[in-house]
Amino acid sequence: MSGTVIKVENLSKRYVIGSKRNPQDGLRHQIEAAIRNPLRWLTSKKSAEGADSKEFWALRDVSFEIKRGEVVGIIGSNGAGKSTMLKILSRITEPTSGRIGLQGRVASLLEVGTGFHAELTGRENIFLNGAILGMSKVEIKRKFDEIVAFSEIEKFLDTPVKRYSSGMYVRLAFAVAAHLEPEILIVDEVLAVGDAQFQKKCLGKMQEVSQGGRTVLFVSHNMQAILALCSTAIWLEGGKLLEKGDAKSIADKYNIKAAAENNYSDVPVINKKRTGSGAGRFVDVKVQSIDQHGKLKQHFETGCSWQVDLEILCHANFQDANVAVTVNDTNGYRLVDVNTALKGEFLSLKENQKSKVRFLMENVRLKPGKYVIELWLGRGGVEEIDFVKDVAVIEVFEDMDAIKHTETFPGVYQCGFTHQFIK
Amino acid sequence: MEQRPEFFELNIVKTIAADILNETEQLGEMPVLTIEAGRSEKHYWADLWRYRELFYFLAWRDLLVRYKQTVVGVAWSLIRPILSVVMLTVIFGIVGKMPSGGVPYALLVFCGMLPWQFFSTALSESGNSLVTNSNLISKVYFPRLIVPASSVVTSFVDFLVSAAFLVVLLVWYQFMPPLNIVFLPLFILLAFAASLGAGIWIAALMVEYRDFRIIVPFVVQFGVLATPVAYLSSNISKNLGDNWRMLYSLNPMVGVIDGFRWAILGGEHKIFWPGLLLSILVTAILLLSGIWYFRRTEKSFADVI
Repeated sequence: MSGTVIKVENLSKRYVIGSKRNPQDGLRHQIEAAIRNPLRWLTSKKSAEGADSKEFWALRDVSFEIKRGEVVGIIGSNGAGKSTMLKILSRITEPTSGRIGLQGRVASLLEVGTGFHAELTGRENIFLNGAILGMSKVEIKRKFDEIVAFSEIEKFLDTPVKRYSSGMYVRLAFAVAAHLEPEILIVDEVLAVGDAQFQKKCLGKMQEVSQGGRTVLFVSHNMQAILALCSTAIWLEGGKLLEKGDAKSIADKYNIKAAAENNYSDVPVINKKRTGSGAGRFVDVKVQSIDQHGKLKQHFETGCSWQVDLEILCHANFQDANVAVTVNDTNGYRLVDVNTALKGEFLSLKENQKSKVRFLMENVRLKPGKYVIELWLGRGGVEEIDFVKDVAVIEVFEDMDAIKHTETFPGVYQCGFTHQFIK
Repeated sequence: MEQRPEFFELNIVKTIAADILNETEQLGEMPVLTIEAGRSEKHYWADLWRYRELFYFLAWRDLLVRYKQTVVGVAWSLIRPILSVVMLTVIFGIVGKMPSGGVPYALLVFCGMLPWQFFSTALSESGNSLVTNSNLISKVYFPRLIVPASSVVTSFVDFLVSAAFLVVLLVWYQFMPPLNIVFLPLFILLAFAASLGAGIWIAALMVEYRDFRIIVPFVVQFGVLATPVAYLSSNISKNLGDNWRMLYSLNPMVGVIDGFRWAILGGEHKIFWPGLLLSILVTAILLLSGIWYFRRTEKSFADVI
């Protein structure tokens, strides 16, 4: 079909893993085999299955088509086969079976700073890196000033790259790669390096590239970046193509699946490590997401309400205990605290009594990220009855309906606000 | 679109690689590239031409890096052959009193040392080149043949620097080379081909079998003795007979060094024609089989390296 620039049919890639190599492939055996039966050795292929080697299918039967000018995001968890597919598309490694048709010059950016040599200066590395990525000397000379301007390292152009800070290094490397002019551009998670300002710059440049009518394949774990750049997305999982289609809907489904896997710790509360007198114990906890209409949601978003259901079993009588739920960031820093004492209510239980407590944390405007729930039962400053850290890990996602700009700015709390431009 | 590449040994390549040359089909305005398991890259030779500047850039990089942060700089290319010549002259020429065929012993040795150092450096550097550049092999596409080939080019630059010193030696001894010297470039070409052939073989083998890291230095050490660097190959005929000389000539560098001596020194130094032809044949086989083996294993480099 005209307009198709990449056509992948039944692509599969198998690796043989395991450090125990097939003894038939050692040098000594190869020489013996060559001497014993030269003709057979010349035409034989290396045996891939040894006694102890295992097969690993990085890709299995992947097929899709990409048209000219499409910007496609490729998502999937680690080990899904994304980088392997890019490597095959870039002709770095060969497929085990299947075929690919490519039309147009391909440039791939699988790593930032490929070929950079620490002893050479920035200027020399621009030429070296450009040549390695496929630019001719004339082309590099022509774009030299643009590259230097983009990287913002004019002052350091003639110092050896080993003296650069990591930020400068990455800026220079990306500046060279950003000025490639291929018909098909393949980019692999290179935005994972560099500070926020650099990432913004890279995204901007890639938007420019895609608006120029080039076909772009972009692998990233950063959903914001994918949604900002890509109209279509491909979801790979375990080497298989799960879905190809509209970027936003696939991103949503991916988020929900990730949330389902991440949201509760494996160990139930009753078995967790805890401190405290033990007069009472948290025996069960459930954390759920509620939307603004009071309905249960599949995953947590900024602004939704959190419903925390607790069950406490009393082992020895206690009086006037405060029940608290805290939400911390992954470094253990406390962000949110709700407890019954704030409402003037306390819990008293006798031995073997159970109590259920339900907290509804309203409109929790925590920014997207991972958060840890802690539970505390006790009398403030007097007695700690039960304190459990790391009860559950909750991942919060962006509320896609509420925001108009898909970039997450740093911070913990997403405040609701109105604004006006006052002339 | 691009024309067929003028590969420098086009005549030899054409006779054997006829089926490879059937490949380049360019359809329409842009070529459609098909990637498939086991399919020999149809565009490989066209790609080599397209990436030709990379030969230059990689060699340039290696030379630059070698001399950065050194005070002596380029002079290192000279010091090594000079020291070897001095040592060999003292040991074999003065103390051992080896026959030198009517020319100063130092000249004899230098004519042998010059191509030998080119060959041995090219062999070890291109042998290691793929492994040293493994970060490139696993992250970028370009025809991998460029990597060992550019190492040979780097060694060739060293060769040229040492050759400049040869001119100094000739002036010092007030020795005028005969007319045969016009044939010197042919022997240089033979040395280049032998280095390239051996280098490509070792480079491809080194990726899979790291044993060669130990084997190569040993071969080089042995090679200095098995090659007429410090003595005359005519001695082999004199002392052991012509049959042994034929066996001896299986070493491609024998033909090269004899040729160098004939071209630069003339006089008593004659070419042993059967030996030379054998050396040329061995070089051709080495080069073509090297390219064949390299292309066969190239696809798995990124997975194995």
